[in-house]
Amino acid sequence: MVRLKDLPTEELFTSGHRLCAGCGAGIIARMTMKALRGPTVVVNATGCMEVASTIYPYTAWKVAWVHVAFENAAAVASGIESAYKAMAKRGAWDKKVDIIAFGGDGGTFDIGIQAISGALERGHDFLYICYDNEAYMNTGIQRSGATPHGAATTTSPAGTKIPGKPEFKKDFIGICAAHGIEYAATASPAYWNDYITKVRKGLEVEGPAVIHVFSPCPLGMRHDSAKSIELARLAVQTRYWPVYEVEKGKYKLNIKVPKPKPIEEFLKIQGRFRHLFQPQFKHVIDELQQYVDENWKRITELCGEA
Amino acid sequence: MSKILGLTGDGAVAYAVKQCNVDVVAAYPITPQTLIVEEFSEYVHNGEVHTEFVCVESEHSAMSACVGASLTGARVFTATASQGLALMHEILYIASSLRCPIVMGVVNRTLSAPINIHCDHSDMMGSRDCGWIQIYVENAQEAYDWVLQAFRIAEDPDVLLPVTVNLDAFILSHSLEGVKVLDDAEVEKFVSTRKPVLRVDPDKPITVGALCLTDFFFETKRQHVEAMNNSPKTISRVNNEFAELTGRRYDFIETFGMDDAEAAIICLGSTAGTAKAVAKSMRSKGKKVGVIKPWVYRPFPAEQIVEAIENLKALAVLDRACSIGAPYGPLCSDIIATLYREGIKLGVFNVIYGLGGRDMTPFNIETVFNETLEVAKTGVVKEPLKFVGVRE
Repeated sequence: MVRLKDLPTEELFTSGHRLCAGCGAGIIARMTMKALRGPTVVVNATGCMEVASTIYPYTAWKVAWVHVAFENAAAVASGIESAYKAMAKRGAWDKKVDIIAFGGDGGTFDIGIQAISGALERGHDFLYICYDNEAYMNTGIQRSGATPHGAATTTSPAGTKIPGKPEFKKDFIGICAAHGIEYAATASPAYWNDYITKVRKGLEVEGPAVIHVFSPCPLGMRHDSAKSIELARLAVQTRYWPVYEVEKGKYKLNIKVPKPKPIEEFLKIQGRFRHLFQPQFKHVIDELQQYVDENWKRITELCGEA
Repeated sequence: MSKILGLTGDGAVAYAVKQCNVDVVAAYPITPQTLIVEEFSEYVHNGEVHTEFVCVESEHSAMSACVGASLTGARVFTATASQGLALMHEILYIASSLRCPIVMGVVNRTLSAPINIHCDHSDMMGSRDCGWIQIYVENAQEAYDWVLQAFRIAEDPDVLLPVTVNLDAFILSHSLEGVKVLDDAEVEKFVSTRKPVLRVDPDKPITVGALCLTDFFFETKRQHVEAMNNSPKTISRVNNEFAELTGRRYDFIETFGMDDAEAAIICLGSTAGTAKAVAKSMRSKGKKVGVIKPWVYRPFPAEQIVEAIENLKALAVLDRACSIGAPYGPLCSDIIATLYREGIKLGVFNVIYGLGGRDMTPFNIETVFNETLEVAKTGVVKEPLKFVGVRE
């Protein structure tokens, strides 16, 4: 595990970007840049990280950075990787380049999943990082395939009949691991050394690697912007966000949570779950706790911990 | 030294791409483009090219991978047709706006519904305003020749725009012709390798695809227009060099019989071949008819067309695509706008033909010529827009 004193002091994701105070995406981008090992190209899907970091004529990126569209970061990364490979074959390129593609949960779970699946199947050498703030936060907090059960968004509002999103979250890492890729992992920015270590590991893998990282969003999750890291920690400590990795198909639990906090601890500091604390919707909290318990059991069994 | 090979239109495109030292081909199969990627795959698997062939999972990803590859400074090709082009639509605009030189073979096939795999130009016309240079070819030889030239045009630092080479589905894509091909060494000398002006290079980091709001977006579009406006100089220069190398002269348009024609047909693609054959036969009987075939559709060769119709009395504009609800089909709208701007009074009518692969027979063409001659004589256009070859 990486130590603080091992990290470079140089900032490749610089201040001056226009992400919200307490935004997970900015913290994740900065941490990611601390894990680089050499020449790197970042591909960014359309989303918060992209729009807020590159408002022309400014940029927060000191690495080569490309944005093309919303659903295609993995395909663009495929093209870049293939191009360097081909140019190297004819002697017109001599650098080993690491490629990192960032997508939010909308660009990953929903509209981008086909391009990701294709790129993983083809085996391009790149690292895909999904910063998951659990809704289309950039567009105005609409529900995505990553939005948790019961969360209120602008397209799954806390109605009098339907209290937030009825459906549950997709198992994105399960989908990625099913492609037989060498490395896939989840992470939380509260555990910075775990995350940064995983980014480096993902870069070192020959072939595709995927990291799925929880990204607090004060605006959309409606939490205190000073408590983003606390929220990211609670996500792990309630077992809501199991932190594990899948290396060559083998699951490993990275952060053990022997005494989990009840899910309410995670829910109650977020406005998107406020309606669930009304007596008539209390059952949704029970459903969420049940989901967390079952998911934890499933993951820990896969990890050989149970 | 050139030699003659028996190639289909698709085969001619694949052969040209093989000779052009292309770094990345990212493509998805779709009828009737499929032969291009199949034949190119053989070159890759037989070690005849250094190309990275990315067999993507959709045309959307094909164009996205092409954009990524092109931004690194690589030479890039793809091919598609119909629904595939429509699926790429979003990224077509991004490719041209990010000034990515990419060459794309478009094997023109109609758009669904009903589903139909045959030729018309509704696919490319549906993406007409995507900011790409657009070439239409008449036969396999032209497909081969224009692909070679397209890389030179697209990658020229004064242009830096993607180029489509359009060839008619099945009529060209699957028909075998004798194609004069150049030696690999001659092609290599002609197309050389791409010399990128600006590229995604970690050692000189740049930000590509930034968010451009109300304060800068309009200027970037204006520059895009300027790039297109600059392209004719490059197109002419490349045409000239190609003529020196091969003796085959290309231009913005090709004309047949236009020196003394009173009535003419203007059309894109393979139909121009039929039109020329019919015109030849009619001219031998003393009928003053001619044909205009734009090779280059975008940038629109208004100047060259105006010059060609100087002595003309009537013009039939053939569109192999419908712009439903508009006064005319796409080519005819451009022609009418050009004539109005130049103050030229000419009897013009629009013929919509060949949708979904319906044949445009010599008989159909002769009928259109006779109607055009009638308009030339009377000066009266009875039907400004008509459909030829459809059961009504």
